[in-house]
Amino acid sequence: MYKIVRKKSLNPTVTQMEIEAPLVAAKAKPGQFIILRVDEDGERIPLTVAGVNPEDGTVKIIFQIVGATTEKLNHKEQGEFIQDFAGPLGKATETEGIRKVCIVGGGVGCAIAMPVAQEFHRLGAEVTSIIGFRSKDLLILEEEFSECSDRLVVMTDDGSYGRHGNVTVPLKEMLDAGETFDMIITIGPLIMMKFVTLAAKPYGVPVTVSMNPIMIDGTGMCGGCRITLVKEDGTRETKFACVDGPDFNGYEIDFDEAMSRGRMYTGFERRAHEATCNLFGKA
Amino acid sequence: MPIIPKKHEMPTQAPEVRARNFDEVALGYTAEIAVEEAQRCLNCKNRPCVSGCPVNVNIPDFIAQIAKGDFEGAYQTIQQTSSLPAVCGRVCPQETQCESKCTLGVKFEPVGIGRLERFVADWHNANITEVPQKPESNGHRVAIVGSGPSGLTCAGDLAKKGYEVTVYEALHTAGGVLVYGIPEFRLPKTIVAKEVDSLKALGVTFETNVIIGKTLTIDELFEMGYEAVFVGSGAGLPNFMNIPGESFKGVYSANEFLTRSNLMKAYRDDSDTPIMKGGYVAVVGGGNVAMDAARTALRLGAEQVYIVYRRSLEELPARREEVEHAEEEGIEFELLCAPTEILGFNNPEDPRDPRNGFVTGMRCVRMELGEPDAGGRRRPVEIPGSEFELHVDTVVMAIGTSPNPLIKSTTEGLEVNRKGGIIVNEDGLTSREGVYAGGDAVTGAATVISAMGAGKTAAAAIDKAIMGK
Repeated sequence: MYKIVRKKSLNPTVTQMEIEAPLVAAKAKPGQFIILRVDEDGERIPLTVAGVNPEDGTVKIIFQIVGATTEKLNHKEQGEFIQDFAGPLGKATETEGIRKVCIVGGGVGCAIAMPVAQEFHRLGAEVTSIIGFRSKDLLILEEEFSECSDRLVVMTDDGSYGRHGNVTVPLKEMLDAGETFDMIITIGPLIMMKFVTLAAKPYGVPVTVSMNPIMIDGTGMCGGCRITLVKEDGTRETKFACVDGPDFNGYEIDFDEAMSRGRMYTGFERRAHEATCNLFGKA
Repeated sequence: MPIIPKKHEMPTQAPEVRARNFDEVALGYTAEIAVEEAQRCLNCKNRPCVSGCPVNVNIPDFIAQIAKGDFEGAYQTIQQTSSLPAVCGRVCPQETQCESKCTLGVKFEPVGIGRLERFVADWHNANITEVPQKPESNGHRVAIVGSGPSGLTCAGDLAKKGYEVTVYEALHTAGGVLVYGIPEFRLPKTIVAKEVDSLKALGVTFETNVIIGKTLTIDELFEMGYEAVFVGSGAGLPNFMNIPGESFKGVYSANEFLTRSNLMKAYRDDSDTPIMKGGYVAVVGGGNVAMDAARTALRLGAEQVYIVYRRSLEELPARREEVEHAEEEGIEFELLCAPTEILGFNNPEDPRDPRNGFVTGMRCVRMELGEPDAGGRRRPVEIPGSEFELHVDTVVMAIGTSPNPLIKSTTEGLEVNRKGGIIVNEDGLTSREGVYAGGDAVTGAATVISAMGAGKTAAAAIDKAIMGK
């Protein structure tokens, strides 16, 4: 069992928890993820590490309440325990040789982008962060980003905060103005990552995307997290996001396929979510 | 007494009933049947059955004890060499091991050794509540990576000798393939849990949610004071065919399909784990895993399940008993048949159509057997012009696995072969001092009992190495 040491609501649908897991805290690097189960017989869900505190042995996770499992997790309070917490899994984000980086985060993906931005800042790289949300109510981690970024642009789809529009707008402006980056790292909804990749392509700036597909074990055993890379010569290669990723070259990802696979259980999740809500309603 | 030519039949659930539930198929011998079956043993002098068993269970002795009605004595006899009798009695391919060597089997059916082993283990579990005593510690510590059959066997053998053993498991439940792979109807999970509990009673510690190669490395295990490490991490990565359409929704690896159902309990109505169920299902492959996946799909509510295998019935690598069970339950065998493409739904008018990207069928080609290949098996060859489409909603790829690279990639000096299997000598020792390995991590996908044999060999070698220091 793993203790929830601290819990904080970042916005009405996004919660941050710090979980006591010293072995994971000692090892986890930005870009890696963990797998947790809320209770006995619960689903295994992957969540990217949003930070670690090796001193008190805690690992920070940030999650959006989207289905039955995250709903149950959100009902756990500070001081309570979750059943399982395993990691760190996947490869850490590659930082070597990157002196000037642009981090593009969207929605709850900003929770994953934040430790990556912090790591680059710590390593002395020049960090530009562009973070986007649907509206002001859903804004998270602005302060954390401003602390570790040389430049921060906040975007909202409805213009209720920061600049009006999506994250590709300022990115294109910067690239048009002749700015270059050693790497653009984008983390968020697949559709956003796809458009960030398309926006960067004419300028030839390398793009790293962080994939978050459906997975079970996280160690390469189930193959459910497979994604297809399309190489320059058109050949297709299957990779497992859990062991080969989660970071990949954005130009090679078959985004449309990944989006389709991500919707495999949409109907099931909606039913499960409704069932869970009713359950809590009755309790 | 005249010789009874045939084995006593195993009582089973009727096929039409069991095809729709997850309860165990075989119900086990009663005490009366067990005694009668045990009396078929000729008690021959040369005891060939013992050499047919990878862990050399003292078979004639335990059978003689059953014949006398001394069931607990029989259990103790098995227990001396096997840590998992209730598991082996269920999943071992006895027909190619102990029973294939049985003297009675020369003229008649061999003694039902597996069924008797299972009876003895179940009798013990149902009637004996005493737990084994924890042996006195010898002060030496050994770490085991993976809690599947090889790891559990190695742990059990070392614990009995007084070693302080810790088993590290990446998943949340101990048992490895016995819990994520083999379905409930063939091996109830309460039985695996009992075997794990008896190891705990011997003093073995289980640490779940620890991924060796990630959470901790092999080198760190030595720094923590373990004197030897046994790697039984299994054959992790599922193989796919690399044909078009394998990324459509509804295509699973057998590992994923079985893990969702077994470990994650998707077969239960109250489970949070989603799985595609119902409709038409094709399972590609002909091994035991393919049979398990097909029979699981049927029990999840499929209208029709096909086994698609490129060779003929004779070459099916699955146990005969599993194939027969599957046939009885109504699984359809598409033999001499190979998939060439998986087809998916695409509505060109509406990219948001929720049906887009789901499997609608599988294009296959008929095969015939040609010349034998290097291994002596006749190679399947496509029959030109024989392409056809199988209408299916779900495809499960059960065509084998490759060893997991997580440990190799974080352990310097650990040598692996071309296929990624860890290289070991006859004692199970790897290229790294103090690091032993066995089971599927070494051989690629094989059987529970051969993994147990490897765990046993390594345990003996570890004991010898540590005691000889």
